Amino acid sequence: MTAPTTERTELIHGLYTEGEPIVDTKAPAGPIEQRWSKRKFEAALVNPANRRKLSVIIVGTGLAGGAAAATLGEAGYHVKSFCYQDSPRRAHSIAAQGGINAAKNYKEDGDSVFRLFYDTVKGGDYRSRESNVYRLAEVSANIIDQCVAQGVPFAREYGGLLDNRSFGGVQVSRTFYARGQTGQQLLIGAYQALERQVAAGTVEMFARHEMLELVVVDGKARGIIARDLVTGEVETHLADAVVLASGGYGNVFYLSTNAMGSNVTATWRAHRKGAYFGNPCYTQIHPTCIPVSGEHQSKLTLMSESLRNDGRIWVPKKAEDCEKDPREIPEEDRDYYLERIYPSFGNLVPRDIASRQAKNVCDEGRGVGPKVGDFRRGVYLDFTDALKRMSAEAVAEKYGNLLDMYQRITGENPYEVPMRIYPAVHYTMGGLWVDYDLQSSIPGLFVAGEANFSDHGANRLGASALMQGLADGYFVLPNTIRDYLAKGPFEALEESHPSVVEAKAAVDARVAKFLSINGDRSVDSFHKELGNIMWEYCGMERSEEGLLKAIDLIRGLRDEFWRNVKVLGAADTLNQSLEKAGRVADFLELGELMCIDALHRRESCGGHFRAESQTEDGEALRHDDEYAYVAAWEWGGDSGAPVLHKEDLVYEFVEMKQRSYK
Amino acid sequence: MNLTLKIWRQAGPRAQGEMVTYPVTDISEDMSFLEMLDVLNEQLNARGEEPIAFDSDCREGICGMCGLMISGQAHGPEVTTTCQLHMRSFKDGDEITVEPWRADAFPVIKDLVVDRSSFDRIIQAGGFISANTGSAPEAHSVPVPKPKADRSFMAAACIGCGACVAACPNASGMLFMGAKITHLGELPQGQPERDARVVSMVSTHDHEGFGGCTNVGACADACPKEIPLDVINQLNKDLRRALMHGE
Repeated sequence: MTAPTTERTELIHGLYTEGEPIVDTKAPAGPIEQRWSKRKFEAALVNPANRRKLSVIIVGTGLAGGAAAATLGEAGYHVKSFCYQDSPRRAHSIAAQGGINAAKNYKEDGDSVFRLFYDTVKGGDYRSRESNVYRLAEVSANIIDQCVAQGVPFAREYGGLLDNRSFGGVQVSRTFYARGQTGQQLLIGAYQALERQVAAGTVEMFARHEMLELVVVDGKARGIIARDLVTGEVETHLADAVVLASGGYGNVFYLSTNAMGSNVTATWRAHRKGAYFGNPCYTQIHPTCIPVSGEHQSKLTLMSESLRNDGRIWVPKKAEDCEKDPREIPEEDRDYYLERIYPSFGNLVPRDIASRQAKNVCDEGRGVGPKVGDFRRGVYLDFTDALKRMSAEAVAEKYGNLLDMYQRITGENPYEVPMRIYPAVHYTMGGLWVDYDLQSSIPGLFVAGEANFSDHGANRLGASALMQGLADGYFVLPNTIRDYLAKGPFEALEESHPSVVEAKAAVDARVAKFLSINGDRSVDSFHKELGNIMWEYCGMERSEEGLLKAIDLIRGLRDEFWRNVKVLGAADTLNQSLEKAGRVADFLELGELMCIDALHRRESCGGHFRAESQTEDGEALRHDDEYAYVAAWEWGGDSGAPVLHKEDLVYEFVEMKQRSYK
Repeated sequence: MNLTLKIWRQAGPRAQGEMVTYPVTDISEDMSFLEMLDVLNEQLNARGEEPIAFDSDCREGICGMCGLMISGQAHGPEVTTTCQLHMRSFKDGDEITVEPWRADAFPVIKDLVVDRSSFDRIIQAGGFISANTGSAPEAHSVPVPKPKADRSFMAAACIGCGACVAACPNASGMLFMGAKITHLGELPQGQPERDARVVSMVSTHDHEGFGGCTNVGACADACPKEIPLDVINQLNKDLRRALMHGE
């Protein structure tokens, strides 16, 4: 692993150094509405006859990776696609419920590319790049056209045209949806396009394969080392460029709404090879998830926040009422705390505020539901008033699938007893740093979808994750990567090249190490402990004292992991404990960087609240003068400290404002 | 509650498998079935026995990765995926058998994990609409009547878990295939390839070792997404039509 060589400062806080700022993101200058056209025009072209000689590895088959693999395959490149699941159709994009934004203005309600751009920048709390976000809004309409052509069954009106709804607090209806299964339908569209290319021979599919190392030769990304999860064989795959579309890292918290296998390994391994990690502390916590029911809990399930449109959120005023049947608590003993604190927005305050206030009332000892550890972690989401106002049939029509899901998981009937909800980690806005071309700080390594940091700033608006994944995969990456590929094919590379041999040997050694420790604790027990540390100190509310403590705890835990983890079974077979060990080992390193990033950002911004940065009445306080930048972290080596590179965010088209919801 | 589990253990694709009995104690009714297996696996790991391999990913009933035969029923006694089955569906003292999907087209990889790549190959044979990126017309240029859009959506809800195959006495993949034929065939965009699609998919299905349909209906009963049996009628109708068209 290479240590940074550029100029940098002395240790700050004893934890990190600061290096050269990033001055060029490769975004063209000029009017914002012309930048993307200009970039596409200036990007070099690749002759169709040469494309099959150029190979691209794509890791991950979600919306970004699946769409990119299909599109590059259609264009005629030689694509190798990898996923750890048994089929590309399982990628976690499938679980997104709500919808996908697009500036079609079908409702003629004043929407436009500029308004979608503006809402997304504002929603990101002014911590995203204007050029990238404008491009996202610009291609959003093409995504809908593409998906409809593929047969994605979006909701339609009786006239046969597409239906839209408003979503996530914006005032226009621009969200396209397929009941509560929008992610599934979009993913199946991309999956089918991908399988069509597999049949055509342009894409080679490697399911049940996990990338464990990036191959960098002469400073360029040239391949990956992947483990065949069925046979255990450690394989070398070489190419002209590598794309990581491996999703987010919310599972560093152990409990999240991510899939069990969602992990940071692909991006973390690339980070250790020189790719900068952007804004790792930016995570989104979703307020309406089904609460933890006990120590056995393996994941959390989200319910669409549309429930807050008609449900009222409350906890008992008195801690001694928390064990009572909620139906027996009289109105005057209930605290509808969001309606009380935010009279104008009430239960519809943004995600971060709803989440933080839920944590606050539970920390006060007024949470409801089963005790997990020392606290009850839940608040009521009550449909009693809605049922009186609307009739049970009308509620079922609007929310039936969500209420059924709640009942299936909790065994309680939400038509009779108020539901219980609690916030859960849902999305990570941070990810590998990329330039306007989605290229990381390693030439030839591109990063798409949730795996990159680029478009959501410090907070993501509802229905924009699906938009970004497909924008990157179908329209952005295929255009920008050709500028890089046009310089190829690059020098032929043998598996015997020292850099390739070294990468493979590192993977073999790591696998052997996990199996040889033979300690006392399971991988899951370390993962749970890490998750508790992250949730407690690097979750919704952070403080300097807490973060410093978390860093110490994580270092201690990591040290114990490498001495005391117990991984049974063999290397040359399907071994799920071994897979988990590799992922948790990387989470143990990422967690520390997240805490360092959170510590250095002494402001409350977007999805996170910094205790030392609040207004007199306890609201989030941003510091644009000091922190309007992207924090891009460079790996400092196993024994070194991470190096911070700042990329200043310049707002030419949108004015920065403080949010207010009182 | 306390339960007795009888679980299929098989070290590898060619190894001889066997049912192994594991008692589990103090199971909470709020656990999902897979969380109950997580608890067992932690206990096995602690006493030095290799944990039981099983597939799961999203654990919210949508990715289709999980799937177990639970006391002879695909995904167990409720109409849902294995990950969304909760222990309150069982009672203290129950004996539960846990097996992998059984079908020639889904060979066992290890313990409860099977290889369902045959489903991907059926999709490769024609389960798509050929529309290269960038070639799409404006979305509103092709209206779709709502009843057709709704039926297409209903069929598109298939998660590809394979419960239909596991439940079928013939291990047929007709419900899975019929769902895709219906999803794409109801839409105007799906018409140009409609004949070729069904012929190619059916041919691949048979080649992969799935059995034929004899109208048992166990597939639709087992489907966690409640795909109805009539998608198979649609498939047969489309196949007949395609053959008449000379495909």
